[in-house]
Amino acid sequence: MPHMSSQANLQQPQKRAETPPPKTSVGVIGWLRQNLFSSWANSLLTVIVGTAAFFLLKAIFTWVFFGAEWHVVSNELNFLLIGRYPEEEVWRIWTLLLFFHALLGLSWGFGKGIMNSIAYTIGGLLFISMLLPFIEMSTRIWIIANLATLISFFFIGHKFPKVKKITFVGWFLSFPIVIFFINGLGILPNVSTNLWGGFMLNILLAVVAIVCSFPLGILLALGRRSKLPIVKYFCVIYIEVIRGIPLITVLFMAKFMLPLFTGGIEVDEVVGAMVALTMFSAAYMAENVRGGLQSLPRGQFEASQALGLNSTYTTVFVVLPQALKAVIPAIVGQYIAIFKDTTLVLIIGLLDILEIGLSMIAKPEYIGLDMEVLVFGAVVFFIFCYLMAHVSRRLEKSLSVGNR
Amino acid sequence: MLDEKNLQKPLEEREDIIEVKNLNKWFGKHHVLKDVDVNVKQGEVVVILGPSGSGKSTFIRTINALEEFQKGEIIVDEINLSNDVSNIEAIRKETGMVFQQFNLFPHMTILKNITLAPIWVRKWKREKAEQVAMELLERVGIPEQAHKYPGQLSGGQQQRVAIARALAMQPRIMLFDEPTSALDPEMIKEVLDVMKTLARSGMTMLVVTHEMNFAREVADRIILFDDGEIIEEGTPTELFDNPKHERTKMFLSQIL
Repeated sequence: MPHMSSQANLQQPQKRAETPPPKTSVGVIGWLRQNLFSSWANSLLTVIVGTAAFFLLKAIFTWVFFGAEWHVVSNELNFLLIGRYPEEEVWRIWTLLLFFHALLGLSWGFGKGIMNSIAYTIGGLLFISMLLPFIEMSTRIWIIANLATLISFFFIGHKFPKVKKITFVGWFLSFPIVIFFINGLGILPNVSTNLWGGFMLNILLAVVAIVCSFPLGILLALGRRSKLPIVKYFCVIYIEVIRGIPLITVLFMAKFMLPLFTGGIEVDEVVGAMVALTMFSAAYMAENVRGGLQSLPRGQFEASQALGLNSTYTTVFVVLPQALKAVIPAIVGQYIAIFKDTTLVLIIGLLDILEIGLSMIAKPEYIGLDMEVLVFGAVVFFIFCYLMAHVSRRLEKSLSVGNR
Repeated sequence: MLDEKNLQKPLEEREDIIEVKNLNKWFGKHHVLKDVDVNVKQGEVVVILGPSGSGKSTFIRTINALEEFQKGEIIVDEINLSNDVSNIEAIRKETGMVFQQFNLFPHMTILKNITLAPIWVRKWKREKAEQVAMELLERVGIPEQAHKYPGQLSGGQQQRVAIARALAMQPRIMLFDEPTSALDPEMIKEVLDVMKTLARSGMTMLVVTHEMNFAREVADRIILFDDGEIIEEGTPTELFDNPKHERTKMFLSQIL
C-alpha cells in the first residue's frame, strides 16, 4: 500500500499550501524590532541617536522660524536670482521661463515617467513662490502665468502626442533663443554679459557646460581608444592635462590667457567661463564614458561586426547606448559637481549667486546675517542637485528593462 | 556569384563557396593555425571537432575576419579576404555568425536586434525588415517574444534569436561557434533542431560543436582539429566508425 500511495502522489503532485510569515517579522512592530531594537546595544544606539536627532531638529526648527531674519533674502531676492539685470528688461527672463515651462509641460504631457519628478519639483517651486507674501504683484502674476503655462501645456502634450516633434525642435533651439532673449542681440536692447548674474548665471553656465561637454566628452573617450596614434595621444594628453589642473586655474587661464590666443581680441568673461567649465567638464566626462566603454564585453563588438555593421554604426547603435547607460550615475555625479563648481566663477569677477550673497553680507545693514544668506543659497543648490540625482535614478530604472 | 542551380547538383559536383589555402596564424609567438587547407562546397554542412585549444574556434573566426591571419589565403564567395576593409565588410555581409554566448544586444528588443543590420547595412525599409524578422522568428518558433528584451528570454530562446538575427542578413554561409556550449541541457535540443532544419534547407554551414549526435546526423563532412592542424577529415561514418589517425581515435574515445 505505501507503494500505491506514493504513486498516487506522483500522479497528482500536491503543492504545499503557502503559510504566512511569523507575525513578529511583519508590520510596524516587526520592523521596529528588527531594525531599531534587535539587541540591547542596538536599542541603546537608537535611543542616543534619536535624542540627538530630536535636539538638532528642534534647534534648526527654532532658528528657521523664530531666530533667522529672512528679510535679507526677501529684500534682495531679485538681486540673488538675476543679479544686476536691468529691471525694465526683466520681462525677457519671464518670457523665457514661459517658453521653458511650455516645453517642460509638453514633454511632461507625452513623456510622463521621468518628466514627472522634474515637473512636480518645478511646479512646486512655482507654487510656493506664488504664495510668498513679500513679492510684488507683477512678479506674482508672472509666476501664476508660468504655472498656468506648465499645466496647460501638460494637457496639450497629453492630448496630442503629435507635438513631440515640435517639442524636440523647441528644446534643440532653446539655446539660441535663450541667448537672444537675455542678450538682445541688437534686436532687443542689448544687455551685456557683465550685467548677467545671480542664480541665473549659475544655471546658464552649468547648462552650457553640461550640454557641450556631453558630446565633447564622448568624442574624447572614443578618441582615446582610437587606433590612430595622433588622435589617441591628443585625447590622452588633453584629458590628463585638464584633469591635472584645478578648475580655478582653468578659469584664470580662460580670463587672462585666452586673449593671447585670440590675438588680443577681448574674450567676453562669461563666454570665457563657459568655455573653461565646458573644457574642464569634458575631460571628466571622457573618463566616465571610457569606464562605460570598458565595461562592455568584447562579444558585443564582435556580434555587431559579424552582422556587417561598420565601426560608426557599431559605436552609435551598439556600444554607446550600453556604455552610457552603465555610467549614468557617474555622469550625473559629474554634472552635479560642475553645477556646484559654477560658484567658483566669482574668482574671475563674475557676479554669481554666491558672490552676490557675499557682497550683501558685507553691507552694513545686513551685518550678522551671513547664515541666512548662505542657507538660502545652499537650499537653492540642494533643490536642483537633488532633482538631478533623483532624475538620474529614475532614468537608470526606466532603462534597465530586461537587463542582463 | 554562385547560382542557386548549383544546389541541384550532387555535392561533389558543386563549386566551392569557401576556399582556405595554407592558412597560418600566430597569437604572439604561439602558432595556433598551421597550414590549414579547407574547401567547402555550396550547401555543405561541415562540423569541426577537436579538443579545446585546438584552434577550431579561431579557424572559423578567421573566415569572417574576426581574427586576423598572418599567412595564407581565404576566399569566401569569390571575395578574397585580404586586409582591405571593404572586402572584410563584403564578406561579413555574406556570412552569418552565431556565438557561444549569444551576444544579443541587451538594450534592444528582439525585433530591433534582428532588424538593426538589415536596415542599416542592407538599407531595407523598416517595414520590410520587420516582416522578414517576424518570418524568421516564426521559423525559429518564438514569434511571440518579438517585443521582449533578450534578458527576458531563456538561453535556448536567446540562441534561436541569435540565429534569426544572423539569417536576417540573408547570408550564404552560416558559422556556428559552439552554439550550444553555454546552454542548459534541456535547451540544447531546441537550438539543434533549428540548426538541423537550416542544414536541410541547403544553407552552407560551418559548425564548431561538441554535439556528436548532431555531427553524425547532419554533417556532410567532419574535420578534426588538434594543436592547430587538421588531423583527419571525412564523412561521419568514416570518421566515427573507422578513424584512421591515432589522435582521432584518442579524441573519440575521450568523448564518446
